Amino acid sequence: MLKFLGRRLIQTIPVLIGVTVLTFSMMLLIPGDPAQIMAGESASPAQLEAARERLGLNDPVPVQYYNYVSGVVRGDLGNSIRSGRAVSTEVFGRMAPTVELAFYSTLLSVFIGLTAGVVSAVRRYTFIDSALMFGALFGLSMPNFWLGLMLIQWLVIGTGWFQGFGWFQASGWGTPQQMILPVITLGTAGSAIIARMTRSSMLEVIEQDYIQTARAKGVSEKKVIYKHALRNAMVPVVTVVGLQFGSLLGGAVITETVFAINGLGRLIINSIRARDFPVVQGGVLVFAFLFVFVNIMVDVIYRLLNKRIDLN
Amino acid sequence: MQEEVNLNTGSPSGQEPVNHNIVRFQDFWKKFYRNKSALIGGTLIILLILTALIGPYLTPYGPNAQNYDARLVGPSLEHWFGTDHHGRDIFSRIIHGMSITLRVGFSSVLIGMTIGVAFGVVSGYFGGWVDTIIMRFMDILLAFPGILLALAIVSVLGGGMNNVIISVAIFSIPVFARISRGSTLEVRELEYIEAVKALGASDFRIIVLHVLPNILSPIIVQATLNIATSVLTASGLSFLGMGAQPPTPEWGAMLSDGRNYMWDAPHVSTIPGLAIVVVVLAFNIFGDGLRDALDPKSKN
Repeated sequence: MLKFLGRRLIQTIPVLIGVTVLTFSMMLLIPGDPAQIMAGESASPAQLEAARERLGLNDPVPVQYYNYVSGVVRGDLGNSIRSGRAVSTEVFGRMAPTVELAFYSTLLSVFIGLTAGVVSAVRRYTFIDSALMFGALFGLSMPNFWLGLMLIQWLVIGTGWFQGFGWFQASGWGTPQQMILPVITLGTAGSAIIARMTRSSMLEVIEQDYIQTARAKGVSEKKVIYKHALRNAMVPVVTVVGLQFGSLLGGAVITETVFAINGLGRLIINSIRARDFPVVQGGVLVFAFLFVFVNIMVDVIYRLLNKRIDLN
Repeated sequence: MQEEVNLNTGSPSGQEPVNHNIVRFQDFWKKFYRNKSALIGGTLIILLILTALIGPYLTPYGPNAQNYDARLVGPSLEHWFGTDHHGRDIFSRIIHGMSITLRVGFSSVLIGMTIGVAFGVVSGYFGGWVDTIIMRFMDILLAFPGILLALAIVSVLGGGMNNVIISVAIFSIPVFARISRGSTLEVRELEYIEAVKALGASDFRIIVLHVLPNILSPIIVQATLNIATSVLTASGLSFLGMGAQPPTPEWGAMLSDGRNYMWDAPHVSTIPGLAIVVVVLAFNIFGDGLRDALDPKSKN
């Protein structure tokens, strides 16, 4: 296992280097002079030159990249133009809500997705199956910012009822009342994907010989489904769940904007609007690193699960 | 949100020689015709395209015609979908926005597919270090979760629909590269490719005439589903204010405008979202149907 983990980590290095090259080039590609943006519109030529020197913009590009990467390795992502604070402080201070949001949404989508997928597979070609699968398709086709707004509009505003109980709050993060709607918003598409995956994976397993054998042996249908079929059908589903967690991290960008959650995604959006490029660059980099490591974890879990199944 | 198709075809209709194309097409058509969701999705898409082409000539109001006496009016006979904060007719704006949405969907997928498939086929066909370099590059693009890659690109390029198309196209390159690489790996091993090679055909000729036609089905399915994803991503960018600029009747931007009037006029943000759902749903239904019709493993 350790060997596998080590190999997997080494494989990641070129990807991480590539990611830094891309985020580094963001700074080279933005229209206009970065020094001008940093120093402000009204900067004098001397101030501009000073900013250029300070940012190392007079160095050749490879040297600039080297300086950037050695900064990243030391945890130095530059300074925010708006606040003047270190980007790393800004970015890491905002990470918790984003990760929590993605995590709870993944939990929700696993719960709903698995239930719906199994029910659909067991009741194949019935009305329930069709209804669930159409629901999944619909969930997959909804823009999550729209779903979020609809929840606010019809649940929070539409029925003062919920508000009276203080149940839902349409902004912020931390209390259950604040977390329910964003988690539903972000988790819906994931539920849909996991439900579809579970259904098709279950159907494939149910047709296998050993399931027929188990049935022929007189094992109860419940046991066949839950003990034999579900366990084996889980293997591809785990991968999807892992990928989901990653893509929910990205989806958090929009959900955070809708619900005014002060997470990493909202930080990036606000920084793009304010042309605070060091923060955008740092935020995007941290998102990518986070995603890459989530993927490694998924691989490890997948392998562990697979091993257990092999042993069984 | 991105869903990769796993056709997992032993070889996508590849065991038959290529010159059976016509038979294959008839076979496909039969399956397609019998497949309800492909038929429903396909019909819906045709209707949507017709609306985008003809609709703008038939709308009761111009997309940007303002009527300050009728602001934030709910749906009525006069204004089917109501009006927004400038008194613009939302029905007319939705119809005019249809072509924007479809154009973004089709063109970004066309660009992303062309580049992605080229990378994927070259990668799978040649293997070795070419494969390693291309696929590592795709891994790098995939390291940016979800909408983030598109967002980062738009933040560099600046807003506007053309930049949205470019960024969404780049966003979908890795998906196509992976799928076409996988299928190419399978096709490459087929005996008749060996035979063509032995006859002295050039690599380019083999790729274009023999590999590509045999990996088309999974690519077409993915393209259809990707149009759905692209429409969602593009409207998300516009919702965040990074895409279409006012007064363009782009649905994501319209929805975002409606946020300020959720209390008094909930229809302003509800209706553009429904429009997005209809388009995305149509492509998802069609894609699902196509997958069933094209997948040799499916039983109907």
